Amino acid sequence: MMDDAFDLRLAETHIEVHKFRSGAIVGATFLALILQAFVPVYIPKFAALDLPMLVVIYFGLSRRNPSTGLLLGMVIGLLQDSLSGPTIPLGLYGIAKTIIGYLASSIGARLDTEHPAARFALTMIFFVAHQGFIALTRRILLAEPEAWFTLHLAIAAAVNAVVAVLVFALLDRLRKT
Amino acid sequence: MAGVPSRHRSLVLLAGVIILQVILLAVQIKRDSQGRLLRVWTVGAVSPFQRAGAKGIGNIRGTWSHYFALQNTSRENDQLRRENDELKLQVNELQSKAAEADRLAGLLNFRQTQRSVPMLAARVIGTSADTASQTVYLDRGERDGIRRNMGVITPDGVVGKVVESYRDTAQVLLLTDKDSGVGAMLADSRIQSPVGGTGEPLLSMKYIPTDDTVNVGEQVVTSGMDRIFPRDLPVGVVAEIKTGRPFQQVRVRPAANLQRLEEVIVLLTLHPLEQKKEMRAPATDPGEKSVGGTAAVHP
Repeated sequence: MMDDAFDLRLAETHIEVHKFRSGAIVGATFLALILQAFVPVYIPKFAALDLPMLVVIYFGLSRRNPSTGLLLGMVIGLLQDSLSGPTIPLGLYGIAKTIIGYLASSIGARLDTEHPAARFALTMIFFVAHQGFIALTRRILLAEPEAWFTLHLAIAAAVNAVVAVLVFALLDRLRKT
Repeated sequence: MAGVPSRHRSLVLLAGVIILQVILLAVQIKRDSQGRLLRVWTVGAVSPFQRAGAKGIGNIRGTWSHYFALQNTSRENDQLRRENDELKLQVNELQSKAAEADRLAGLLNFRQTQRSVPMLAARVIGTSADTASQTVYLDRGERDGIRRNMGVITPDGVVGKVVESYRDTAQVLLLTDKDSGVGAMLADSRIQSPVGGTGEPLLSMKYIPTDDTVNVGEQVVTSGMDRIFPRDLPVGVVAEIKTGRPFQQVRVRPAANLQRLEEVIVLLTLHPLEQKKEMRAPATDPGEKSVGGTAAVHP
């Protein structure tokens, strides 16, 4: 189901839904999680990146199916929760990435998201939104203090957006032509 | 979902999935459980790759430094670094010994206490996959005798404690994590106060009364009150002091480089680490103040 291809036509606009090589989504997800948990040991600043989120955004924008987008976001978010510290309950990143997966695939079905500028802007917006959902969950459900917005967050959003443009170009190669 | 219009199906699914995860969160908070099974599976799936990666990087580094870059100098450097680490530990122990001898002539020193504590060297193979928590994964686990709540140190100072132990991997909560803490005291004045993480590089020493004198640059060492770490291990150095009421806001720079940990030492004991008595110590030490606890010496 995840690798099916079909064309979606909305209001006269032709938007292509991309098909990926088998195992591409699972492989990219697993690689992103491993790199996220491994590279910061040697390069601490790498922790500012959120590779699992970039994977959610990319496949959400490309697949353009809200149901698969949100389910992929949920799975990746829960796996990220599992690899996090004991202060992170299962579901914190799961909820945030579920919503991001849904939004990315919904927007992907309506806009052209192939241009690097569009990808840069969308990743920045999704990154800030993702942090917003985490702050909301922490404040409301966990009753923990969490800043809504910081300068560090703004810088991290820009860095993630730049990396997203490069990573998305690499992931494009996994598409079936 | 049969009765739901197709254009609303994804919204219904979104709501359902979020509600399920909210319930999952609520269950964890209510039962104080951590969903261990899912964590065990995920860590079990990811840790072999981390372990292989760490080994690969170690091999590449070793090959480069030993064969391509100044073969002998690099080896000598490694040896000197190891000796330096050992000497640092010895200096800390000796300083501790001298201080204790001055203050409480009857106590055996830290080194003698440590002799009975088995230790295990472990390599850091991963970190938490998020920025909100400060944890690392080690390449040793339950099979090597590591259990929850064991202390973790480096020759430079305290690192944190084991919060989860899997078969071949253990998760360590670093001192800098918001939920982390260690029983500590100022090395000179012996004022006791827990030191906790803030989620940032600097730690916070929470309960130093405004009337007490603290100086920037003063050493902070373990107090042994948490019964995890032996006394007088370096925790850090006072970096900032802000006045406040009733407590000063003291920020401490960790002694161990927690941003770049590669190898650590696990204290393989769950028994409270004790300071043995050699001679009868004075009942109270006027120079030692205690905040938030009593300055007990365990026989």
